[in-house]
Amino acid sequence: MLSIISILVASTIRSATPLIFPALGGTFSEKSGVVNIGLDGMMAVGAFSAVLVSYKTGSPLLGLFGAMVIGGLFGWLLAFLSIHFKANQVVVGTAINILAGSLTTFLLVEIWGKPGQTDNVNYFTPWGPFNMFTYLALILVLVSYYVLYKTPFGLRIRAVGEHPRAADTLGVNVYMMRYICVILSGILAGIGGASLSIGSISLFKEGMVAGKGFIALAAMIFGKWHPIGAALACLFFGLADAIQTISMSYGLNVPKEFLFALPYMLTMLAVSGLVGKATAPAADGIPYEKGEK
Amino acid sequence: MKGIGKSFPGVRANDDINLTVNHGEIHVLLGENGAGKSTLMNILYGLYNPDEGEILVKGKNVKISNPNVAISLGIGMVHQHFMLVPPFTVAENIVLGSEPQKGLALDMDKAISDVEELSKKYELRVDPRAKVQDISVGMQQRVEILKTLYRGAEILILDEPTAVLTPQEIEELGIILKSLVSQGKSIILITHKLKEVMIMSDKVTIIRRGKVIDTLETSGTSIEELAEKMVGRKVSLTVDKGEAEVGEPILQVKGLKTLDNRGLEAVKGVDFEVRSGEILGIAGVDGNGQSELVQTITGLRKTTAGDISIKGKSITNLSPKDVTSSGVGYIPEDRHKRGLILDFPLSENTILGIHRSKAFKKGFGLDYRKIREYSRKLIKEFDVRTPNERIYAKSLSGGNQQKLIIARELDRDPSLLIASQPTRGLDVGAIEFVHHRLIEQRSKGKAVLLVSLELDEIMALSDRIAVMYDGKIVGIVDAKDATELELGIMMAGGRRPEEH
Amino acid sequence: MENWINDLKSSLKNTMKEILYPLAAIVISFIAGAILVYAFGKSPITAYKALFFGALGDWNKIGETLVTTTTLILTGLSVAFAFRCGLFNIGAEGQFIMGGVAALWAGWALSGLPPILHVTVTLLAGALAGGIWAGIVGWLKAKVGSHEVINSIMMNYIAMNLSNYLIMTVFNEPDKAFSYEIAPTAKLWRFAESFVQFKYSRLHTGIIIALIVALIAYYILNKTIRGYEIRAVGFNPSASEYGGINVNRNIILAMVISGLFSGLAGGIQTAGVQYRVNNLFGFTGYGFDGISVALVGNNHPIGVILSGVLFGALQKGGPMMQIEGIPKEVVGIIQGIIILFVASNFVRVMVQKYKENKEIKAQVAKGEVK
Repeated sequence: MLSIISILVASTIRSATPLIFPALGGTFSEKSGVVNIGLDGMMAVGAFSAVLVSYKTGSPLLGLFGAMVIGGLFGWLLAFLSIHFKANQVVVGTAINILAGSLTTFLLVEIWGKPGQTDNVNYFTPWGPFNMFTYLALILVLVSYYVLYKTPFGLRIRAVGEHPRAADTLGVNVYMMRYICVILSGILAGIGGASLSIGSISLFKEGMVAGKGFIALAAMIFGKWHPIGAALACLFFGLADAIQTISMSYGLNVPKEFLFALPYMLTMLAVSGLVGKATAPAADGIPYEKGEK
Repeated sequence: MKGIGKSFPGVRANDDINLTVNHGEIHVLLGENGAGKSTLMNILYGLYNPDEGEILVKGKNVKISNPNVAISLGIGMVHQHFMLVPPFTVAENIVLGSEPQKGLALDMDKAISDVEELSKKYELRVDPRAKVQDISVGMQQRVEILKTLYRGAEILILDEPTAVLTPQEIEELGIILKSLVSQGKSIILITHKLKEVMIMSDKVTIIRRGKVIDTLETSGTSIEELAEKMVGRKVSLTVDKGEAEVGEPILQVKGLKTLDNRGLEAVKGVDFEVRSGEILGIAGVDGNGQSELVQTITGLRKTTAGDISIKGKSITNLSPKDVTSSGVGYIPEDRHKRGLILDFPLSENTILGIHRSKAFKKGFGLDYRKIREYSRKLIKEFDVRTPNERIYAKSLSGGNQQKLIIARELDRDPSLLIASQPTRGLDVGAIEFVHHRLIEQRSKGKAVLLVSLELDEIMALSDRIAVMYDGKIVGIVDAKDATELELGIMMAGGRRPEEH
Repeated sequence: MENWINDLKSSLKNTMKEILYPLAAIVISFIAGAILVYAFGKSPITAYKALFFGALGDWNKIGETLVTTTTLILTGLSVAFAFRCGLFNIGAEGQFIMGGVAALWAGWALSGLPPILHVTVTLLAGALAGGIWAGIVGWLKAKVGSHEVINSIMMNYIAMNLSNYLIMTVFNEPDKAFSYEIAPTAKLWRFAESFVQFKYSRLHTGIIIALIVALIAYYILNKTIRGYEIRAVGFNPSASEYGGINVNRNIILAMVISGLFSGLAGGIQTAGVQYRVNNLFGFTGYGFDGISVALVGNNHPIGVILSGVLFGALQKGGPMMQIEGIPKEVVGIIQGIIILFVASNFVRVMVQKYKENKEIKAQVAKGEVK
């Protein structure tokens, strides 16, 4: 019995890890007032870039940096279009997801010459029961909490997401704050993607992100836009995933498709019912117009 | 400020404006809505950059490119709509952008003690730990003033500071301002309220259509002169009403109770009636339940207790559609939110609410030819200035948008017309139009329920005045007998002088 | 009479303006694609020639293009219709899948019916399944206020797994990774049967159905009371509420109608193209392409038709590029770039900024002259 529980716990944490990064990223982005639906696509390009850079340089660490840079680049794209062009943030995020899919497929075929998945590359081997990404995730959760709630920078981020005009009149640069947060969310999503590729299976496979970026968004909502809440919600979804993996290897007689679908169904419940009266930052999703009266 | 010019697409907001404010002076910028006074002050505070002109602070030429520069020059601004982050505390709001730090962290303890010190020095009572969404409007304004003082403001700009205050609170504000002046501050007040100009200021600069008309000593001028300069022609400050010919009660409200969006009681048991041929004005400071009361009558909000009837027929908790068809017309307080669909053409806006009627049906769908004809008729009758009925509602000016809403509501010949803040944001010409139509309804024997935050408007138009405070009606008086003092006391929760 | 002509002239002018923006975005994206192809050492001219002729080179190829177009028009209509009510139906993919499965069931299980009836019932089953699938999301939004984007996306994944489950169990063709085939009476008629030009294409009557549905969608949106209410809610729910419109009911209705279109697309895919449903290893992509189609078509049914033809051509022409040594994924990238440009209103904003600057300069000039 005990061994099953410990396997379950370990599996939960392992499944939750890739979710925590984009969930934190989404939190920063939305706390500053920008909705980032493109987390899933940013994870995909992050996962791919990590493998690509590791392939070219042989170093998974550089691969991680590659993921961060590319993720940040796509974050910049979202920021640029939504802040400067005041485009609809959900639509741009969706466009990024679509573009990420095409781009990774294209480059996959161009560089490795075959569709479907890349070859194996150097990756991060686990330290103890978990790989370094799990430890990184834990650190980042605590750092995020500190930054958002204990520093002036965090105060300004939250102000910009709740009442951007008030912050503007006090000299806080609303656009800059939002740019930083959205690029940060891209970087974090990129790390999340890297944790899926070079953090576990040492290659990139088409469709490997499988909507985890969206589950991370659900975790963020479930966690009421708070870094620690979001992380706990990620653990919850990780649990669902873990149950699925374990049931399969223990040969439980549940149709595998049901288990695959379980995290998604739970997400819907979380977003629709159990969340209660949680509210997003007041200015979430609304482009800021300077000088409106 | 010398020769300031600023243009936006379609409008020259400021044109060659000169303004001089001396040390220790309370200087008012007077003008109608849209005259350009806020734009000028936003330039001074660095929120806008001027297209032409220069600014000199203490004799030195400066370029104020953003609020940080303004703040460093000792300029502070209190905006008309408060710039406070509701879930943050008072202290957090005050220090935002200039936070005291301890290493990497925000030093909250120092922030709180700094605020307490400042509060004591200037006698502006606030609670640093309270969340802004929980404190009173008066305290919120004090927080706004402290925000500027925290950053060492010497020149304070206050934009329409009295819009949300009771007459007593306005007096208190006057005292605060005089105290600040005595401590060496200079103050610029933006307002369109003539009475306050006379009471509170030393000098007045009148702005009309982006240009300075004149600068005068307050002691040497009068309300009439200011009004004329503000508008450009002689303005009648009273409304010609005639005697009321009152008949049967049209609207009857008994024991009404309603909750607000947070689940708290906003209307706590209200009784009143409006009879045909009269205008009942509901006075009160914003946030005392008037909005919720009106929403309940129009069917946009559910009651928790009580009864509403039109001509004896109950309309309690009916849908907006059924309330409208029972003979109620509504000019909403937020015309962009409730009144119009800005992205629809005018034609489609005029049929909103009656779009299901047989008159506009053709086969399975709508007869757009008839709809356009109908809208053209309304536009002509109510003098809505527009090239045609096909343009989108968002292209109309505020005054014309309001005219369209009034046209739509009045054409359905309601027995009860509810007008909620009908003249907010309108220029004098549009205000006159709206007042004229309200009086017209009254003369036709209809009932009019007027809800307004402008006490002058209520006093000029109403036959009877009801004052709302904290969700209850604390008194109903005849407009002929009512004084501003009396109403002010009631608006602040006091009783009428006759009663205990 | 004059009024009528003026009305027509101005609405044509408006339409032209509306088309111009997506068109500009498309042109820019093709240029970007050309640069990408050139960067990888291939000739853009060869690429685009292959693309064009691959899609429209002869009747058979046109037929194949139109097969894809049929599906894209319908999923595009689905997304566009929901957008008009202010809703993002990112769940078109899931509704498409459920439509396909429902049509499979009707086509396979109800085999005794006469052909025309059978086909109709099959397609209706597909549409209905899609309508219900989307209706759930709409209901959740109306009742609980939960955001339709996340719910739709979740429903996509649930749909894929549900479909796979049914295909591998209840409807499973033994030992195969796909389902039974539908009865011949449920199949859509193919043009190949009578028109020799289309002998090698799978073009079927679905294209006609799609066009008719697009016109119906146009009529509903712009000429009926329901459409008026849906559009009103899409622009301003508060004012609609005051105008006596039941906001929640319209949200649900818009989602259901939207789902009907995607479900119908799935039904047509089953009844007209594949005649069965396969085990899915990933999404089909038709639903997501619908988003692209809707955006480029400016959420207008006629725009969606044109946009559907464009994207259909891009997808069918892609493999032809492959033969010339240019990876067909370039098409996907061009698609992605098009969407980004359209989504960001890039052209529109640039044009507007240019106009504003011109106007301000003119005003200042006037002021100085005075």
